[in-house]
Amino acid sequence: MGRRRTGEATGEVGALMTVPQVLHRACDTARELVWIFKGVMGENAYQAYLDHHERSHADGRPMNEREFWRDRTDRQEANPEGRCC
Amino acid sequence: MSKQQGGSHRQDPVLATDPALPPVAVDPQRAEAEERHWTPMKIVLWIAIALLGGVAWTILAVVRGETVNAIWFVFAAVCTYLIAYRFYSKFIERNLLKPDDRRATPAEYRADGKDYAATDRRVLFGHHFAAIAGAGPLVGPVLAAQMGYLPGTVWIIVGVIFAGAVQDYLVLFFSMRRGGRSLGQMAREELGVIGGTAALIATLTIMIIIVAILALVVVNALGESPWGVFSVSMTIPIALFMGVYLRYLRPGRVTEVSLIGFVLLLLAIIGGGWIADTAWGTELFTLDRTTIAWGIIIYGFIAAILPVWLLLAPRDYLSTFMKIGTIGMLAVAIVITRPEINVPAVTEFASTGTGPVVPGTLFPFLFVTIACGALSGFHALIASGTTPKMLEKERQSRFIGYGGMLMESFVAIMALVAALSIDRGIYFAMNSSGAATGGTIEGAVAFVNGLGLTGVDLAPDTLSTLASNVGEESIVSRTGGAPTLAVGIAQIMQGVFGGAGMMAFWYHFAIMFEALFILTAVDAGTRVARFMLQDSIGNFVPRFRDTSWRIGAWICTAIMVAGWGAILIMGVTDPLGGINTLFPLFGIANQLLAAIALAVCMAICAKRGLFRVLWIPALPLAFAAVVTITASFLKIFSPVPAIGYWAQNAAFRDALDAGEQSFGTAQSVEAMEAVVRNTVIQGTLSIVFVVLSIIVIASAIIATIKAYRNGGGTETEDAPVASRIFAPSGLVTTPAEKELQQQWAAVEPARRPARSGH
Repeated sequence: MGRRRTGEATGEVGALMTVPQVLHRACDTARELVWIFKGVMGENAYQAYLDHHERSHADGRPMNEREFWRDRTDRQEANPEGRCC
Repeated sequence: MSKQQGGSHRQDPVLATDPALPPVAVDPQRAEAEERHWTPMKIVLWIAIALLGGVAWTILAVVRGETVNAIWFVFAAVCTYLIAYRFYSKFIERNLLKPDDRRATPAEYRADGKDYAATDRRVLFGHHFAAIAGAGPLVGPVLAAQMGYLPGTVWIIVGVIFAGAVQDYLVLFFSMRRGGRSLGQMAREELGVIGGTAALIATLTIMIIIVAILALVVVNALGESPWGVFSVSMTIPIALFMGVYLRYLRPGRVTEVSLIGFVLLLLAIIGGGWIADTAWGTELFTLDRTTIAWGIIIYGFIAAILPVWLLLAPRDYLSTFMKIGTIGMLAVAIVITRPEINVPAVTEFASTGTGPVVPGTLFPFLFVTIACGALSGFHALIASGTTPKMLEKERQSRFIGYGGMLMESFVAIMALVAALSIDRGIYFAMNSSGAATGGTIEGAVAFVNGLGLTGVDLAPDTLSTLASNVGEESIVSRTGGAPTLAVGIAQIMQGVFGGAGMMAFWYHFAIMFEALFILTAVDAGTRVARFMLQDSIGNFVPRFRDTSWRIGAWICTAIMVAGWGAILIMGVTDPLGGINTLFPLFGIANQLLAAIALAVCMAICAKRGLFRVLWIPALPLAFAAVVTITASFLKIFSPVPAIGYWAQNAAFRDALDAGEQSFGTAQSVEAMEAVVRNTVIQGTLSIVFVVLSIIVIASAIIATIKAYRNGGGTETEDAPVASRIFAPSGLVTTPAEKELQQQWAAVEPARRPARSGH
């Protein structure tokens, strides 16, 4: 769970790239796809919470991972999300 | 904060964005110039897309050869979606919604790092898609395939562009501008007490009927199928294990646990095959439909009161995982195998209305049979639920709302292709009700060959061979759409992986995949409906408002489960077939919800003073209203017993009065009495739906006319807050957006109100 937010590929396109560069780009893209997939699955939620906590300079310690996921399902309990047909 | 503002001259207040930060929105003139600047490359690209789409449509609609290759469906759909997305949704954005990226979204100004969390647009697209797409777009097109390939294809593609995607986009945008308010809350605000209350009751009854019919689809797929019953039941222990794993062993490792769950699921499917081969396995897991229906009812109640972490959340992860994986896999497989389809473009059932799968003529019944995939009201509940609270920037609502629905429409097209790719004789043998075929191979062969369809000559061993290939006792009268789709998917997938020997695996994989979505929708639907009911009862008995009050929760859950359970049992035991009598109600309910959502959107647009482009929501609203009200009236007043519930009711009552012992497909007096009972319920539900919808639509029209007279109405949006973040709006980052991204990247991290890490 890296802190780094995978930015969008911003490399220059058009110019000829060497083999290592191509490999590097491919790795970046693969990493980005994995990051998106994990995001869709909801795995990044705790990181998002930590980032938010830090940014908002809220007082007190943030919930640890275990507490966060418990809190998350508790919130789902009180606020169910529909699934479509 | 509401303020009266003058109609079309309304100008958004200039938001003072932080001068110390780079711009939070692309300069409108720059964006406009980029969009309007047509480079030769762009022109060539769009001409190529238009030409390819045009050729595909010509082959489907004009040439109509003996056989049509499935790839043309894919091209027609994708090219049309691209054009609609680029031009029509842009038109809506520019002229109707006018998003402003200088305004913060609820995810920014209410950020709590939990429910309100700005989410990367591509991630949110996946979330939103996973929430809207389920079994609906997989089932409806299969049933509508009896009218030929063309009506369904045209409705799915044209319908999504002008109706379904518009509804999703508008609801998402309006909810986002209102802090993520729900459709029900918006209806109350825009339409007043009567319209709002009618919308609430309609939503609640619609949820009951939708859950019931989805459950019926599962029951029909699992009845008399030991393999299916075993592997689908195994999803429960698998989900429980995943829940415990996430709670106690490795919290937060969602992808990891989903992978483990997926592997266990595959083992459950393979294991199901072994167990169905043993004598004890067959004996233990061969269950009749009524038993399975009771099983689902009991399961539904327990699942809805168990803690979320134990069953619902883990199964939801598994369902999302399967959804994205399987749909992607199916798309690839269709493109690789490119099956030939030899179904007529339009069959006689479109005009005669005597189709054995679902009765009724093309208008209006095609449009209610295919609801999800073209226009699905249920989406309005999602688009006004979680998604608007996670949007990072206003302009992204087009990609998520409109684009997400286009994606679901594509799923529907793939389901249609899969259903069309199987032999027509088999299709009708599987989808004609047991009442027509008698449930036997001989009966099915006689019935299907007796339909008088050109080119259809069904042989008994075709059915028995297919049944043994897919590992089932029989495939006759497996109504509901899911088994047909599973056969179609199995045929397509075995062409890519595994060959004929793998057909049984793929068949049960597809059944599992649909059952998983449906069971998730059943739990989630029951829970959501329970909360709505508690909230409603809370108006009279305040104690019920407290959702953590156990007894209240249990009572309301029991009421909801009893509601859908009764309809489910009615469908399972229906002497007339079940799916063919109930499925139209599902479509009508879903489309009526869409009409309600579009009516709310129209009222909002009118209050914003946007009369010149009011047709954008009004056109699909008018269509949905005409279709559903006509379909409801036919269901209520039609003198044809197969179509009109009350005509059927009268016919059976007369027969009972005349002292007959059997009538039509009902073989006993009890069965005849059951038909009388069922038709009363179905007919009453039809009346309730249509009356509620007319109330909602009428109150929206009144609100619209009032707004027109006043040149606008009360603004119900939240007060604008200046945004402090930037993100691109579409899938592809434009040059201007890239420039801004670089400016933001250069800002010192400490000073940067960084976008969420999620």
